Amino acid sequence: MAFFLQNVINALQWGSFYALIALGYSMVYSILMLFNFTHGDIFMTGTYIGFGVATALVALATALSWSMPGWLLLVLTIIIAMFLTSILGVVVERVGYRPLREAPRASAAITGLMIGIMLEYGNLAILGTQRYNFPSIIETVTYDVGGVFFTNKKILIVGVALLLMIALHQFIHKTRWGMAMRAMSYDFQVVPLMGVSLNVIAPMTFAIGSALAAAGGILYGMAYPVLDPFMGILLGWKSFVAAILGGRGSILGAALAGFLLGFIEIFTAMVFPSTFRDLIAYSIILLILTFRPYGFFGQAHSAQLRL
Amino acid sequence: MNTSAVHNPPLLQVIEMTHFFGGLRAVHDYNLTLMPGQIRGLIGPNGAGKTTIFNLITGIHTPTRGRIELEGRNLVGLRPHQIAASGLGRTFQNMLLWRHMTVLEHVRLAHYAQLKYGLAGAFFGSRLRYAEEQRVADNSMRLLETFDVARFADQIVTNLPYGVQRRVEMARAMATEPKVLFLDEPTAGMTPEELVQMIGIIRKIHEEFKVAILLIEHRLKFVMELCERIQTLVFGEVIAEGTPEEIKNNPDVIEAYLGKEEVA
Repeated sequence: MAFFLQNVINALQWGSFYALIALGYSMVYSILMLFNFTHGDIFMTGTYIGFGVATALVALATALSWSMPGWLLLVLTIIIAMFLTSILGVVVERVGYRPLREAPRASAAITGLMIGIMLEYGNLAILGTQRYNFPSIIETVTYDVGGVFFTNKKILIVGVALLLMIALHQFIHKTRWGMAMRAMSYDFQVVPLMGVSLNVIAPMTFAIGSALAAAGGILYGMAYPVLDPFMGILLGWKSFVAAILGGRGSILGAALAGFLLGFIEIFTAMVFPSTFRDLIAYSIILLILTFRPYGFFGQAHSAQLRL
Repeated sequence: MNTSAVHNPPLLQVIEMTHFFGGLRAVHDYNLTLMPGQIRGLIGPNGAGKTTIFNLITGIHTPTRGRIELEGRNLVGLRPHQIAASGLGRTFQNMLLWRHMTVLEHVRLAHYAQLKYGLAGAFFGSRLRYAEEQRVADNSMRLLETFDVARFADQIVTNLPYGVQRRVEMARAMATEPKVLFLDEPTAGMTPEELVQMIGIIRKIHEEFKVAILLIEHRLKFVMELCERIQTLVFGEVIAEGTPEEIKNNPDVIEAYLGKEEVA
């Protein structure tokens, strides 16, 4: 039982990473009908930005000989890194995707892949092959509740992820931009007549998706502190699977499927040797998609005009 | 007509508008003078080019030739959202509602251009944001009442009857405060009771909002009931124009339009 609960906590932690990244795929898809294949590398860049911000803040605090409390460091790192990474998202939209808005979707998707490769090797060119360690933002405290061991970091990771998802939900449902985003996922023709410009909503969507990926990256860096320019590839693909599994364009679906993916992976590893984990986990997902090709909350699209 | 136009400038004027789709002439020398507060109708068999005329005036297509002026300002070459912002609202034949959003959300989002609060205001809940959102919510509910759909405010549009969806679409168009409203077959798919109700609603918004209306319709009874003047379009050309009485008795119209309808 304790072993089981242990794994539930691990699954929630992995699910948090997948869910935060998957949201970015889903949001962009729902508005532009575009799989933003740069997203995994935006996650990677966001993690590096978080690393840079945290390192700079630690250095600043040391220079002022002030011991900054860990929670403040974490909050500042997340906010600043989210902001900076959202700018990256806007640039990717403006430079990479906007010129190809009328182009076949395949060209736009390939543009995403290319920008991703540029980010990976740009990182390698600038920072070199040296591996960086994400600074330990807060002290790890391990709790033992009836034989179940978990760290304060795991709780924090899941908590921050949920908090961000609630914030996103509020934004989508309560603000005029959120409403415009939802409406744009149905049509391109009427929404602009209401004074909503795609050139405002599309970059905003990229900004939010990228900011969430950055937050996911920082949380990931807290759990797995070794940074790598190619860390975004596998995590990006897996989160993309979660976005599809949740239903293309469904935000709730992306979040839930992200957590489901975490559970499937962790519990597969619980039963089978860990080298079999992804083979079996993704066979299960393939099976689910065979029977639910639109994912959990997906629907056939009304806006054929964009395909 | 011409003398009155001199004293009282038309709200919307279309002059010799012609459009080709490739080699196909979809609209030929179309003229329209819509006076403030007027209701006009555009009838014609399927494929006559009625919706094309709407799409040309609202900027979805740019006419090959011709002038379009709203309050004396040129509309040709402007983007659809610019034309909408200058005071031309419309509905669509296939409605284009946002399927999983509520009725109230449709009308609230239509106020988007009138909202001024910024991102910071949204995150920190500024007083401006609350004041504006409140004003928009109130205004939206008033509109929903005008269109008799207020009781569906919190329902998702997909679940509603066709006639209600049509009225939601009209409420959405009116929320942008247009001076001219284009209605593309507003009674398509409606029951006879819904049709009678729609006549009442169009009369009501015409009186309350002083909006000029151009109407595309199939059902002659509906057009005859509402419109001061009617144009009949066949193969992209106006073959007859006049009062409902004149149109009803015009032999060309009977042959081209009514004759076809009987066959269909």
